[in-house]
Amino acid sequence: MTQERPESRTGIHGWGAYVPRWRLPMEEIARVWGWPPHQYKGLNVKEKSVDSPDEDSTTMAIEAGYNALLRAKVDPSEIKAVFFGSESKPYAVKPSATIVAEALGITPVTMASDLEFACRAGSEGLRASIGLVSSGMMKYAMAIGSDTAQAEPGDVLEFTASSGAVAFIVGPREGAAAVFEATYTYVTDTPDFWRRALKPYPRHGEGFTGEPAYFHHIMSSVKNLLEETGYKPSDFKYAVFHQPNGKFPVRVGKRLGFTMEQIEPGLVTPFIGNTYNASALLGLARVLDRADPGDLILVAPFGSGAGSDTYILRVTEAVKEKQGLAPRFDDYLARRKTIDYALYTRYRKILTMLPRG
Amino acid sequence: MTRSLPVWWRRRIPRYRLIGARCKECGKIHYPPRTSCPYCGSNSLEEVQLPRRGILESYSVIYSVPGDNRLNAPIIVGLVNINGVRIVAELTDVLPGELSTGLEVEAVVRKISETSDTGIITYGVKFRPVLGAGSGAGQDTGEA
Repeated sequence: MTQERPESRTGIHGWGAYVPRWRLPMEEIARVWGWPPHQYKGLNVKEKSVDSPDEDSTTMAIEAGYNALLRAKVDPSEIKAVFFGSESKPYAVKPSATIVAEALGITPVTMASDLEFACRAGSEGLRASIGLVSSGMMKYAMAIGSDTAQAEPGDVLEFTASSGAVAFIVGPREGAAAVFEATYTYVTDTPDFWRRALKPYPRHGEGFTGEPAYFHHIMSSVKNLLEETGYKPSDFKYAVFHQPNGKFPVRVGKRLGFTMEQIEPGLVTPFIGNTYNASALLGLARVLDRADPGDLILVAPFGSGAGSDTYILRVTEAVKEKQGLAPRFDDYLARRKTIDYALYTRYRKILTMLPRG
Repeated sequence: MTRSLPVWWRRRIPRYRLIGARCKECGKIHYPPRTSCPYCGSNSLEEVQLPRRGILESYSVIYSVPGDNRLNAPIIVGLVNINGVRIVAELTDVLPGELSTGLEVEAVVRKISETSDTGIITYGVKFRPVLGAGSGAGQDTGEA
């Protein structure tokens, strides 16, 4: 790296994860819908996280944001932007970002907006936060990815669509736990996955979901940034990719020249399913939970429609002090209770209550 | 059930952030904040941020839940003691058989009510068993 990039003036001051307590095993979904074992065993997902009836993407974002604040140790009123990336907003019209900002004490002098780009909206918020901080317009910004992912009962998406949240506080490079060395974004119009207005469940474009969407965009984004920066895969301690299931991130990582040793620590989907906007960024949070000063991290979120960002981060001395200031991803992973499909239908409000006469 | 939107809105910040009121006359703290001290009647009050962790002193399980809250059944209402301040609030992320008095709990923000699919969603503080920072506390692997 010889040329200074604007993003290198910024870094992550706080990160926070959140995963709900309840877990639904793959076998239970297959039992109810009659799927053969090969339908889910190739996904490399054991079970998925399910939100409680009193949770939504807003409440999960509040807890992730609170954990990020604990690590950042900044006055919430110093945060001047809150970006809420989700494809499962509780309201079609009424920002979740203002509720999160109010609950965390960030209001009223702040930007606040909900972003939409399928699974990549939270990452777009991270890109915007980096821009606002690096330009000097503000000292701190918060980017959140949070989803209670929808899947039609009986659809293959139901195996993986799960719930979780992650939040980052971006600030100046001084005092940051990890500094952004370089970033890159690659987007095209691709019909791989969508949900029409007023419809409860998404649809997927079958053959578009793999090569033309996930693999093309992530590989283009990562390859181009590696070429720009001169880094090679072996320079990195960790490599984290978007995780719609447990096999795609491994496959794309290996195609790009990364090893399982680099990929495995940031893999979260095998344990909790696909948390959509939190997916790869929860992997980053898990990596930061254990990273050492000097480690180089590559992160590549992806969103359908379609696009991928790549971030290159260098971990600093500050990371060690921050790791123990809030619950780690693995603490939430350990807090698990298995439920059956019947409870799942109630918790997810798939079971509808008819008015009693 | 129809709830007052202005009343909910005025109370939102104490309910989001667990902010109580300290009486400047007798020094006692109460939650949620009222317009006068419930102990001495003074109107001289100041806001105070309560700690998020407390001890579960007692609880009651409501199995027969009416109307729009039926999907949340059973509802568990707890009496939580935070440094001497007693708070009545719902417990969450816990099953009745997992509870015992003396349990350490912590505040989280959850949905309080969602009266219909067209109305406002209200949020506020509930309590759950403490998730230990860096310790993995609260872990379990059993069936619900």
